[in-house]
Amino acid sequence: MPIDTLRRRPVLIGRRETHLLDQPILALAGVSARYNGHYALEDLSFELIAGEQVAVVGPNGAGKSTLFKLIAGVLPASSGQVTVYGSQPGGHICIAYVPQRSQVDWSFPVSVADVVMMGRVGKLGLFRRPGRKDWDLVHQSLAVVGMDNLAGRQIGELSGGQQQRVFIARALAQEAELMLMDEPLTGLDVPSQQDIFEVLAALRARGVTVMIATHDLNLAAERFDRVMLLNRRLLGLGVPSLVFTPEHLLAAYGGHIHMIETTTGTMVLSDTCCDGE
Amino acid sequence: MTHIFQLLLEPLSYAFMARGLIAAIMVGVVCALVGTYVVLRGMAFFGDALAHAILPGVAVGYLVSGGARASLFGWALLTAVLAALGIGAISKGAQVKEDTAIGIVFVGMFALGIALISTMRSYTVDLVHFLFGDVLGVSQGDLLLTAVFGLLVIVTIAAFYKEFMVISFDPTLAETLRLPSVWLHYLLLVLIAVAIVVSLQTVGVALMLGMLVTPAATAYLLTRRLLPMMGVAALIGTLSSIIGLYLSFYVSIASGAAIVLVCTAFFLLAALFAPGRGWVWQWRRQAA
Repeated sequence: MPIDTLRRRPVLIGRRETHLLDQPILALAGVSARYNGHYALEDLSFELIAGEQVAVVGPNGAGKSTLFKLIAGVLPASSGQVTVYGSQPGGHICIAYVPQRSQVDWSFPVSVADVVMMGRVGKLGLFRRPGRKDWDLVHQSLAVVGMDNLAGRQIGELSGGQQQRVFIARALAQEAELMLMDEPLTGLDVPSQQDIFEVLAALRARGVTVMIATHDLNLAAERFDRVMLLNRRLLGLGVPSLVFTPEHLLAAYGGHIHMIETTTGTMVLSDTCCDGE
Repeated sequence: MTHIFQLLLEPLSYAFMARGLIAAIMVGVVCALVGTYVVLRGMAFFGDALAHAILPGVAVGYLVSGGARASLFGWALLTAVLAALGIGAISKGAQVKEDTAIGIVFVGMFALGIALISTMRSYTVDLVHFLFGDVLGVSQGDLLLTAVFGLLVIVTIAAFYKEFMVISFDPTLAETLRLPSVWLHYLLLVLIAVAIVVSLQTVGVALMLGMLVTPAATAYLLTRRLLPMMGVAALIGTLSSIIGLYLSFYVSIASGAAIVLVCTAFFLLAALFAPGRGWVWQWRRQAA
C-alpha cells in the first residue's frame, strides 16, 4: 500500500508525486545525457538505498554536476529513466540540490534565517506566508548544523564552512529525503570540513540519503559507506576497497593520478582539482 | 519659518505642480520597488533597453489618437509587455550573446520610434517629452492610471514576494522546489514593463533607468535585508521626486532631469558615507 508522505497540505502549484515506499529512493536505468552532440553521461544504471551516504568521485568534466541535476529533475535525461520512489524526479520536492558556494551571490540582502526559510517556499505554496511552524522548523534546521546563533546574520558575513552549512540547513527545512551536495568540502579548511562531517552524521541519524560530489579520494574512502567512481560512465559503485582499485582509478583518471605503495596500503594522489565543472 | 513654508507651499498653488508632485511620488515608489529586483538580478541593461523599446508604441499611440493620453498609455503598455517578453525569449534562444541580442532589439525599436515621431508636425516638442518626460503636463486621468497600475505592481510584488526572492537568489532552488520559474520570470519582466510605462510621463524613456536603478542601488548600500532595501529605495525615490520637482520649479531646470540628478546625489552620498561599506569607512578602516 503506497503511503503518501507529501500531501499533508494542499499545494496550489505543480503536481506532487506520491512516494511508493516499495521502490528505491533513487534508481537510474540506462540514463544518458547528451548536450551539443557529445555525451556528458553515458548509460548510467544504479540504485541507492534509503539512508546511505555515497561519495561521487571523478575527474573534472566527469559529469558529477550533470548527474546531480538529472537526479534533481532540473535537467532532462536524453535517454533512460530516473525515478525517485517510483516516479519522475520533476514531481518531487523531497530532493534538495545543495549548490557549490560559488553559485550564489553572497552579497544578496538576506539573513541566514531568510535563506533557510527559502527551503520552505515549495511546501508553503503560493500566496501563503511562513507561519510559526515554518519558523520553528527553520530554527531547528539551523540548530542541526550548529548555526542557530547566527540566524540573524547577513549571509555575506559567513565563512565558507558556515555558508555550506546554511545550504544544508536549507535542505533540511525543505524536508529533503535525498540531498545532492555539489563539492561541499572543496575550499574548506580541515576544521570546517570536520564541521560538515558532523552535520553528515546528524543527517545519517535522521535517515537522510546523501550523495556528495568530491575531489578528495582519500576522504571519500575513509568517510563514506559507498563510493561511486564516475567518468561519463559509471566505473564502479560499492565499498571503497572494491571500487578504488588501480584499474578503476586508471580508467577514471588516466595519467592524472599517482598510486604510491606504502606499508599500510595504497595511497592515491590525484592532480586534478577543484574547479572547472 | 513662515518663509520656508511659503517656499514649500507656493509651487503647490499651481494645480499642475500639485498633480506633477503626486505623479512623481507614485512613480518614485513603484520604480524603486521594481528596481530592487532589477539591481539584485543585474538587469539594468535590460531595463534601459526596455524603456527605449517602447518608443515606437508611444509614437503609434500618439499618431492614431492625436495625442489622447489614455490611448498613449495603452499603446505604451502593449509595446512594453511585448518587448519585455520578446527580449526575454530572444535572450534564451539567441545565436549571439544575450546583451548583444538585447542591444540590437533595443536600438532598432528606438530608431523605429524616432522615425515614426519624425513624421509628426510637432516633431521636436513631442520627441523631447517622450525622451525626457513632461511631469507638469500630468492630467487628472493620468494620475488615476498611474495610481491603478502602480497599485497593481505593488500588490503583485507583495503576493509573490517569497517566490521572487527565491528565483532571484538561487534559480536552481526554485526549480527543485518546483516553483513555476519561467512563469515567475516573465511576470517579473512584465512588472518592469508596467513600471516603465507608469513613469514614462515623469522622466521619459531616456532618463527612466535613473528612477529604476539608482534609488534601489542606494538602498542596497544602506541595508542588509530585502524588505528594508525596498523600503529605503521607495523612500529615496519619493524624496528624489519631491526635491527634484521643487528644484526644477525654483532653478528652472527640466523636471525629469532634476529628479534623476537628486537620485544620483543620494547614491553618491551613500557610496561615500554608507556605514561599513562607504568609501569613507573603508578609507578609515585602512588608515586605522
